[in-house]
Amino acid sequence: MEHVDGNVLAGPLAEFFSFDVTMATGRCVGCGTVAELARAMVYRSGAGTVVRCSTCDNVLATLVEADDRAWIGLRGVTAIEVRRTPTGG
Amino acid sequence: MSDAPTAQAVAPSAALQAVPRSGWHVATVAATHRETPNATRIELDVPGWPGNAAGQHLDVRLTAPDGYQATRSYSIASSGSSTRVVLAVDKLPDGEVSPYLVDDVRDGDMLEVHGPLGAFFVWAPAAETGDRRPVQLIAGGSGVVPLYAMAHAHAGADDPTPFRLLYSVRTPDDVYFDDELGTLADSAAPLRLDFVYTRRTPDGWATAPGRITREALEAAVFPASERPRVFVCGSTGFVERVADWLVMLGHDPRSIRTERYGGT
Repeated sequence: MEHVDGNVLAGPLAEFFSFDVTMATGRCVGCGTVAELARAMVYRSGAGTVVRCSTCDNVLATLVEADDRAWIGLRGVTAIEVRRTPTGG
Repeated sequence: MSDAPTAQAVAPSAALQAVPRSGWHVATVAATHRETPNATRIELDVPGWPGNAAGQHLDVRLTAPDGYQATRSYSIASSGSSTRVVLAVDKLPDGEVSPYLVDDVRDGDMLEVHGPLGAFFVWAPAAETGDRRPVQLIAGGSGVVPLYAMAHAHAGADDPTPFRLLYSVRTPDDVYFDDELGTLADSAAPLRLDFVYTRRTPDGWATAPGRITREALEAAVFPASERPRVFVCGSTGFVERVADWLVMLGHDPRSIRTERYGGT
């Protein structure tokens, strides 16, 4: 299956985060690139979702969803930055 | 892609601020009509919908009688505070969800939708963001849907930002929002339309049908020297080809926002 990008994670990740995480930036363990999650490459299959750095292809995160639970691993991300809004958004 | 932690000084926080909290909603199909031979426009009434920004998407979840669920993302063609939400769905031959939405959905049917979703691939009027750079929209096929939402919001706000839409489409019959795009181009908000036909052109068209080329892209888009913001949406192959060319043409990667829908 052809990959898509991190925009598609907005729905699945709404279960984990109280804000839209696709606009947050993460730093890749592999190459140090800092980019919005929306810019990452996303590979989906029945087994789960693999998120890769668009620069070096390193695995940033994995996501597995089942009927009764969802699991996320963030093995390739060293830091996440979220923009605060003046009104607290 | 870039060392800068965020793309623009102004847009991210403004975009986040403009995006309401997402949630699951039960939507009722209010109207459908055939958009193209392969696509259907679906208007949904979504009680409790908090409104959405131009370019956002939602997830549709279908549940089979045996409990099997399939969820797919669809861009929203409408924006603003209305609880009437418009989709335009392209039928994928092997799809689990799109054949139902395109061929079988009827007025009064109920769907589970999750949204509004996405804060990255969105546009808000210059009056809200302070960003006055020109905006280049580049669509491949059904990738025009979120870009149409942006052009529609631009016209609705009488926004003075120069807009261009470059739309790659198979044939003249496959153009989404054909009449509406013409109306937007004639409105006060500046919008230029450029078409690339990949399979069949209108009569008398100067260029033979074919995939977009780097030269055609360069001829149609705002030059890099004008520092446009660029939104590209389409199949993964289309988006990556176009984005690579834009960078070669000198566009700042941080000013290019992309959304890939996968397959061809």
